[in-house]
Amino acid sequence: MTAPTTPRAGVPLVPTPAAPVVDAAAPTVTLTVDGLETTVAKGTLVIRAAEQLGIAIPRFCDHPLLAPVGACRQCLVEVWAPGRDGNLAKMPKPQPACAIECTPGMAVRTQHVSDEADSAQRAVMELILANHPLDCPICDKGGECPLQNQAVSNGRTQSRLLGGKRDYEKPVKVSAQVLLDRERCVLCQRCTRFCEQVAGDKFVDLQMRGARQQVGGFDTRLLDVAGQTPVADPDADGGEFASYFSGNTVQICPVGALTSASYRFRSRPFDLVSTPSVGEHDAMGSALRIDHRRGTVLRRLAGDDAQVNAEWLTDKDRFAFRWQEADDRITTPMVRRDGELVPVSWVEALDTAATGLRTAMTKGGVGVLPGGRVTLEDAYAYSKFARVVLGTNDIDHRARVTSDEETTFLAHQVAGRLMEVTFAELTAAPHVVLVGFEPEDEGGIMYLRLREKVLAGSMTLTQVAPVASRGAQRLGAVLVPTAPGTEAEVLDGIVPTAADAVLAQVAAGLATPGAVIVVGERLAGSPGALSAAVRLAKRCGALLAWVPRRAGERGAVEAGTLPNLLPGGRPVADAEAWEEVADVWGPVAALARPGRPVRQILVAAWGGELGGLVVGGVEPGDLPDPAAVCHALDEVGFLVSLEVRHSQVTERADVVLPVAPPAQKPGTFVTWEGRPRPFAQALTSTQASDHRVLDRLATAMGHQLGLGTLTAVHAELDRLGGWGGVRVAAPDVAAGLAPVVADGHAVLASWRLLLDAGRGQDGEEFLAATAHRTTALVSPATAAGLGLADGAAAQVSTARGSLTVPVQVVDMADHVIWLPTNARDCQVHEVLAVVAGDVVQVSVSNEEVPA
Amino acid sequence: MTEPAASPTPDQMPAYVSQIPRRGAVAAFFAPVAGFGVSLGNMFKPMVTEEYPREPANVKPRFHGRHQLNRYPDGLEKCIGCELCAWACPADAIYVEAADNTPEEQYSPGERYGRVYQVNYLRCILCGMCTEACPTRALTMTNDFELAGPTRAGLIWEKQDLLVGLSPGMVAPPHPMVEGTKDTHYYCGEVDEATQAQREWVRQNRPDDPSLDATPKGLAAAVPVGATRARQQKITAAARREGGAR
Repeated sequence: MTAPTTPRAGVPLVPTPAAPVVDAAAPTVTLTVDGLETTVAKGTLVIRAAEQLGIAIPRFCDHPLLAPVGACRQCLVEVWAPGRDGNLAKMPKPQPACAIECTPGMAVRTQHVSDEADSAQRAVMELILANHPLDCPICDKGGECPLQNQAVSNGRTQSRLLGGKRDYEKPVKVSAQVLLDRERCVLCQRCTRFCEQVAGDKFVDLQMRGARQQVGGFDTRLLDVAGQTPVADPDADGGEFASYFSGNTVQICPVGALTSASYRFRSRPFDLVSTPSVGEHDAMGSALRIDHRRGTVLRRLAGDDAQVNAEWLTDKDRFAFRWQEADDRITTPMVRRDGELVPVSWVEALDTAATGLRTAMTKGGVGVLPGGRVTLEDAYAYSKFARVVLGTNDIDHRARVTSDEETTFLAHQVAGRLMEVTFAELTAAPHVVLVGFEPEDEGGIMYLRLREKVLAGSMTLTQVAPVASRGAQRLGAVLVPTAPGTEAEVLDGIVPTAADAVLAQVAAGLATPGAVIVVGERLAGSPGALSAAVRLAKRCGALLAWVPRRAGERGAVEAGTLPNLLPGGRPVADAEAWEEVADVWGPVAALARPGRPVRQILVAAWGGELGGLVVGGVEPGDLPDPAAVCHALDEVGFLVSLEVRHSQVTERADVVLPVAPPAQKPGTFVTWEGRPRPFAQALTSTQASDHRVLDRLATAMGHQLGLGTLTAVHAELDRLGGWGGVRVAAPDVAAGLAPVVADGHAVLASWRLLLDAGRGQDGEEFLAATAHRTTALVSPATAAGLGLADGAAAQVSTARGSLTVPVQVVDMADHVIWLPTNARDCQVHEVLAVVAGDVVQVSVSNEEVPA
Repeated sequence: MTEPAASPTPDQMPAYVSQIPRRGAVAAFFAPVAGFGVSLGNMFKPMVTEEYPREPANVKPRFHGRHQLNRYPDGLEKCIGCELCAWACPADAIYVEAADNTPEEQYSPGERYGRVYQVNYLRCILCGMCTEACPTRALTMTNDFELAGPTRAGLIWEKQDLLVGLSPGMVAPPHPMVEGTKDTHYYCGEVDEATQAQREWVRQNRPDDPSLDATPKGLAAAVPVGATRARQQKITAAARREGGAR
């Protein structure tokens, strides 16, 4: 029997995004290239018009996402254009095809038909090769090198230049991860233009003149300039902070001048098998390519997806993949016997888990914590497992700061609203307000997409935050200094009649059609802020987008791994919703009462009220008080852990069931937009995905989940479809009281940086060394009040512990101290057990801090 | 267009005429025993029988036998792990993994060396394309063709099996390059032997290295024969004895 695939409510649970609309009325230009007539959009470069006709012109500096520069001169072609008299006249010299726009009636003759163009290209190639070393055998680019290829297709077979070549010390460490071999550089400026035009971090630039011209950081030793330059923004390696996007320069370098330390000399392109995939480190869903050899992932490159990540990738998505093959991978199911975890067969592990969970169900029930890193299919399996097998709504994937207000907000504003605000809406917005969200640290690609529009002058930004981060500064965002916890007050103050000029201006900006308010997951920690954001969006007619940090969060919301939601955004309190799921799931007891959110689940576990827990990819450190989480896990009667690697959860688990990491399973991540990003299995694996393990566990407990294969899950999701019924009402929580800050105290502001101590970045030391160095940020007034000086050490403490951090005095909200949440040497949750908005004690430290 | 010529029917074809010249009367008389002349003639010519495996086979000097990874005169390996041999191989018999040379562990001149080098002789067709591809002449072929054995593992030769031993003047790597040289100097043949500084470096870092004792025994002890190669040598010796080797 085949299952009907028509969605119940007429809309699919996760719809496929529509193709982008092409503007047919845009002005066009008609010209000929090599005698072939073509019509292209006005403003098209000659090199692109030729590409569209399938005519290849060699090039190095040209890149479709960077402004033309005409630096390498490799694309010289013969150009004829109508003169004033209307007759075609040849331009006196060959022209660079990458820097000339098509004009009406133009006739372009490329190297395929024109001897002049061919001769010019060969001459340029000869000059480029004059100084390029013959070290292709040891160069990482060898085999996939545009210079190698084009030297063969458009160069001479033998060199006529017999003199010595330029010789530089090699390699230069631009950062711990990016290495520069200057003698290989052809000065195409792709990397420097990327830094300037895309990332906004000028960590490499052109320097020196003439024959000594070279790309590099401003290294006084290499440049032979006396004296030291101060390191403005240090990284963990002791150098100057490079960029979160530095890996892109390695990918776009058309020669092997820029290479990454993690891939240097590791393999050759012909060794590699490539599998397209999706980034698992953030909710952007960046398209990427996994290159693997003999079952080992060797590198990841950015995929090309104009609608999502363009052709870029964050360094975290690019380099942080070794965690998936770390030494602490769990390879067999394990069961605790006499206090020790022992490897057992799947049958035994599943039977033990089934027996334990059945007992736990009679002793207070079982809670489910899938974690925010699951795929849509896995989240759906957790959701169905909780409702059908465990008979509970106690399920919450949010391993972070949460609130009941957020639970309602997600049900009202996020669930079921797929592809309503996407990158297309965001980049078309004239004004964007960011609240509780750092686009560079918590979005990565979103920062690049916003910056593109800011540079184009079509967008302005406002950020409601305690401090203008480095990313926000480079976006030119106007900061509304806001102490953590007072976001609601500020958002409610955004009215056209506001006395504060900035707030009135933001209100005016939001009133323009298409304006977007972006709220981050962190806003859950500020009472009333999400309610205020919904009110603000309604008041100004702006779009509201919620951007989580983890890859699985949005998909999990759609799959109903929340205490108040069933799959498809169906409220648990709605009887009709239960009827709809019962049609697909079979008879299921309707549980109209919302379950407990993550905090209450853990409190119940601590108090012994809960009989058992099923935990997916959750780290205790994800939650505000890791020690308390560990204690709750110790106290709970029966603990089943589905994990990729050993963790603090598996240490306490009664049964450990191994699951596959993303490279070893197929699945779908749902981005912040609600865009499904399916990815294929890159490596063969004996490990199964969570949904398959849960399906087998359910079978052991006497239920048929029917989620054994990806096809089965997809068929069921299709049958279930989205929710057309009544939504949960908008949250309406009053703003919290501003905290009272006594002398010697400050309010903690904090978020997770892109590169930190997260376990997803394990095993990649080069990447870790490019992270920001930890500093505590305070305003001048706060510093004066606390007796802190710029560069000196501060001791931040709570009753639980203390951290010693060097201080940086910046312009920011007063009575606030900012710390990175999870830096290697500053673990706010682990040590202080506080979250943003809490008051911490700050004093001058006598301890030495590393310079 | 011309009509194709019709093939002649059998009755139209001319009768068969032999092209072999007719023998004279004397030749025709001796024809039945003429073949013995060849045998008799060969009795007075030198023997061409190969007494292999009783005696070693005499192959031509440019015979394509098993591979060898060579060294520079100071002992550093020539292989830079570029994998061009693996790329050129039509049988996919070569597997290479490269790694970084570090100041503490320098195996070849320059930045890169071959950390893993395997030739699978179950696949290798001994065509020599790999040696043509090698940019540093690190890979050459020897005259040794005795590559047969009972196990699969025994025919996958690793780097230590393929690497040539040390000659006089060499010191076992890892050790730094000759002071003041670059990899280009090595390629151009400007390094003749291990210098005092290199020996001193090895003495400080590996005082017990046998290659510091420049005798043939010391050099041999510094680079022991790889396990797979040693096993193959045993198998070959046994097969030779079986074949009646003296």
